[in-house]
Formats: sequence, structure tokens, C-alpha cells
Amino acid sequence: MLGLIAPVLLLAGLAGPVAADSPELGENIWKKCRACHDIGPDAIRKVGPPLNDLLGRVAGTFPDYIYSKAMIDAGEEGLVWTPETLDVFLERPKNLVQSTKMSFAGLRKQADRDNLIAFLAVYSSDDQTVRDKHLRSADPQLPAEVLAIEGDRDYGEYLAGTCVGCHQQSGEDKGIPSITGWPSETFMTVMFSYRSKFRENPVMQQVAGSLNNEEIAALAAFFQELEAAD
Amino acid sequence: MTLNRRVFIGSAAAATAVLSAPMVRAAGRPKVVVIGGGAGGATAARYIAKDSDGAIDVTLIEPTRTYYTCFFSNLYLGGFREFASLGHTYGKLAAEYGINVVHDWAVGVDRDAKTVALASGSSVPYDRLVISPGIDFVDGAIPGWDLSTQNKMPHAYKAGSQTQLLKAQIEAMPQGGVFAMIAPPNPFRCPPGPYERVSMVAHYLKANNPTAKILIADPKDKFSKQGLFEDGWTRHYSGMIERLGPDFGGNKVEVRPDTMELVIDGEATKVDVCNVIPAQKAGRIAELAGVTNDAGWAPVSGFGMVSKMDENIHVLGDASAQGDMPKSGFSANSQAKVCAMSVRGALTGSKVFPPKFANTCWSLIDTDDGIKVGASYEATDEKIASTGGFVSQNGEDAATRKATYEESIGWYAGISADIFG
Repeated sequence: MLGLIAPVLLLAGLAGPVAADSPELGENIWKKCRACHDIGPDAIRKVGPPLNDLLGRVAGTFPDYIYSKAMIDAGEEGLVWTPETLDVFLERPKNLVQSTKMSFAGLRKQADRDNLIAFLAVYSSDDQTVRDKHLRSADPQLPAEVLAIEGDRDYGEYLAGTCVGCHQQSGEDKGIPSITGWPSETFMTVMFSYRSKFRENPVMQQVAGSLNNEEIAALAAFFQELEAAD
Repeated sequence: MTLNRRVFIGSAAAATAVLSAPMVRAAGRPKVVVIGGGAGGATAARYIAKDSDGAIDVTLIEPTRTYYTCFFSNLYLGGFREFASLGHTYGKLAAEYGINVVHDWAVGVDRDAKTVALASGSSVPYDRLVISPGIDFVDGAIPGWDLSTQNKMPHAYKAGSQTQLLKAQIEAMPQGGVFAMIAPPNPFRCPPGPYERVSMVAHYLKANNPTAKILIADPKDKFSKQGLFEDGWTRHYSGMIERLGPDFGGNKVEVRPDTMELVIDGEATKVDVCNVIPAQKAGRIAELAGVTNDAGWAPVSGFGMVSKMDENIHVLGDASAQGDMPKSGFSANSQAKVCAMSVRGALTGSKVFPPKFANTCWSLIDTDDGIKVGASYEATDEKIASTGGFVSQNGEDAATRKATYEESIGWYAGISADIFG
């Protein structure tokens, strides 16, 4: 249900050479998983359990999901999902949990497993502190190069014309959230999250999707200067 | 050939006089006149005044002292909003932004002299003119109907007393009566508007007059968000609404206001309310200014919303023929900001960035059942072109639909503040 192609292009295009363990490449692998698993904000139970916050989860413990006895037993015996345990499981699930009901042959290539685990890690708040009250665990961690883009405040003021038709420039919230006085990093992260469709609202996905990185940075520079709402 | 010095000086002086004439008449500050105080015009006036920090003299000509928005007026018909909540005044634009707000009708434009004639007899000079008059109706579009019959058969497609009249008529319908609507052909203001209106009328009737019927005569094969509306009508108002498209004579209608009859393809039906929304064209002043085409709309370039007939005139919103954007308050507000930037650039040399436009149209089908459609746009040499869009889906859960409605309420508050200050 999540459109996971766009962020690959958008993030990869910016962040320079893709590192060895790439969430962006992992997103491609994720296509094999998503028939049965959901991830991201509002992820739902499908054939398999949602995979938000997977890293650090004790196996067989997602609330209200009916696991195989084998998986529950494995959790009770101490199986916790970490990059290491996932690596073994994903290579051939039945090797680690013999009677798991997950019918998936496995990922033979080490790079595929590494990338998929890197992708899953994006959705795990295990080792994240809450970065900002406006951010959600599913929001991406933007590369430093992206956050370092210096926004043209005047261009941002012009572009903000599109925003302030709904988000009031005074910061008043009458049903649409205030975005004034947000730290630039927060603003950029949220806009990238919409552009990559990690966040759901189609109006925001559309607006963010029409903006390039420099334009998002310009907006961030402009809104940062405005007085924050109470 | 020897140059005659006296002639040379003379012609140079004359040339200087001609070139500097506009500056002389502008008396220091360039003048912008905006005709029409709706989503396009008031936004343009506000942005030009605000962003030029007083360097541009802005006059806004709008006949009404209280402007009622057409957007959200259907919610008033459905009982979701008070009429007064649709009204906005111009006090802030005058007091906080220094805009000369003139409550008068613009009745003519002299493009050579660059002046706008007012009904009061005075005339206002401009360096740049922004025309944002909204719509007028095509004469003779519906046989039997003209403006003299609009109180028998209201259009309610310019908000205000017409909207109140239509609501009063709906409330006065006899039990089991018929509400009829004649929907307009493309292009027209607010593509989902007629169908949201049907939804809101149905909402009211379901609670107050459940055996009443709604009949739509529609000249179009299809309409905006059709699948979403029809799904909603089936879920909420089963059996109440009948739409006759062109296959069933929806494009061959006439009305008889005296006997309250609607004639579809030769067959007369007695109705209790007849909401006639005729074919539309740009507001009359655009035509008087000579900036409209044969179809009745004002062609503009997306780069600054500049008229293709006159480079000193910009046309905004419903009146403009610009390309892919629907005629909506959201679009007009979006176009106004591009226009304001272009006007400032031309008159004060401020920086002009590449135009970007957006639109979203929210519609309410029933309580907490909101839907939306929207897109982004950019200017090309040919037109304003869509760069991608979205639309609500059938089968969305109730929470999503409720959130969409609540978002629309926030949008109304936001855009009102953005238009009127």
C-alpha cells in the first residue's frame, strides 16, 4: 500500500553513492514481502504481522497477530529480531524457525538481506530517541548532505504561497496543523516523508511531490523564521 | 546629410516625453487596479500590497461590502454551516495592507488610456490591471430562463441572496416534492459543485422530506468525482437521486418558470424547486475589456497570468482560460500569487521565480463523508499543465472520510485568512 519507488530515486539521487547497506535498495527487495506484510504509519495486519519497530521485537509478540506455535516458542526461548538473527531467518526462514507459517523461500544473496534489513531498520524506532514532537518514527532520517542544503528564504516565501492557503501563516490551527517556527530539519524531514509517501495525506504527498530538494529547503528556511504557534 | 541640431533636440525631447509618460502619470508609485474581490482578486491585491511594502499603489474594485464565498455555500444548503460564516469583509485589506478598497462596479476598461471606468462615473488609472470577475451566464443557454427569472428558478452559483433563496425554496418543498437541477456544460465554475450540492440537498431532504426526489438534467456524459459521488448517493440516499445524462435528453432542456415546469427532451415535468445552473463565460467586465475569446473566456499565459490580448492586463480565476486547472477558489488563489509576483517583478524589478500552481477540491457527500481531488501544475509555453494529481478512492474507511471533511474545514479557515487577511 505504500508507494516505495519514489523515495529510492529521490533519496538515492541526492545522497551520493549508495552505501553498502542501502535502505533504498532494500525497498526494492521489500516488494517480495509486502504481499503479506505492511509497514509504515497505520500499517495493518495482513497475512503476516506489521513490521514497524521490528528490530528489538521478541519473536512472535506483535499484539493480536496469530502466530504459529513454533514462532511463539522461539520468542519464549529468547529469539529477538536483530540484524544478525534476521540475516539468518531471511536466508531461509525454516532454517531458524522450522515450523513457521511464513511461506517464503528466502533471500540467497547476502546483499539483498543486508539491504532489506537496512530498510526494515528505517521503520524501527528501537535505537531512536524522539527527534522532535512533529516527527514520527516512520519519518526518514535524512542524509547530512540533504539537511545541509541552504534554503533560499525569498524563494521559500514565494513557494509558501501554496502552503498558506491551508496552513495559516499566523500559525493558527483551525483543523490544519500549524507549521510556523518549525526547525528547518524537522520541516525538511516531514516534507521528504510525504514526498516518499511514508506519510499518507494525498494533498501533502502531491504538494511535496512537486518540490525538489532545493525548494523544500527554501520553504524550510522561510517557515523556520515565522513565529511558532503556542 | 547634415544633422539639423534643432530638429534632433526636438525629436529627442518628444521621444523622452512619450517614454516617460507612464512614469509621470504614476506619480512616483506604480498603480495596480484589481477588479473583483474574490479568491483571485483579493488575494492578488493583498499579496501585491504586502510584498511590495507600499511601493505599489493598489486599488481593489468590488461592488459588495460583504463577499460570500461560493465555495462551502453548498454546506450551508445542507445545514452544515451558517450563512454568516460564508461572509467576508474588506476591512483588513484596507486597514492592514493599505489597499484602496472601492465598492463600485467596474463598467469599462480603456486599454489605450489605461483607465477603468466605474459605475459612479469616475475613472481609475492603472499601470497594471488585474481582472478577476468570476463568471457570468451565457445568454439563452437554457430556453425559458434568463436573469429576470432567477428568483423563480435560482442559479445560486454566485453566492449570496441567491443561495439563501435556494435554501428557502428547498425548505418550503411539499412532502414528496421534486428538486430539479439543470447542470452546466463544461467548462464551468467548481466542477464537483453541482454534485456536492445534490448531496447536500439530499442530506437535508433525507432528514426533513424523505419521500422527496432529486432530478438532475445533465448535458455532460461524465462529471468530476463521479464514481465517488454515485457510490455515496447509493450508500446514503438510495432511490432519491436520478440523473439524466445526454443519452436521456439531459442536454435538451428548457424551463417554464411561470408554471414551474422543466422540459427534458420535449417532456414537461412539474417540479417544486428548479436550480438552473446555465452555461458560463468570463465575468462581463473581461468581455468589456476586450480580453475574451470566442468561447467567452480570457486566454492567459501561465507565466504571470498575463492576458494574451494585452500585456498590461492579468486575468485570474474562473474568468481565465489557462489550461488544465479547474475553475475553483483554490485555483484562483494559487494563480493570484503567481500573478502578484509577476506584477511586482514588472513594476518594481523584484525577483520572479518559476510559476507553481496547486489545486484541491474537497466535497462533502454526507455527515463526515468527505472526498477530495487535487493536482499540481506548472506553466508551459502552451498552457498551465498538470504535473500529477490524486483523488479519493471508493471504499476508504470512515476515519479517512471524516479526516478529509475536517481537513476541508481547516482549509476554509486557511484560505479565507489568505484571501482577506
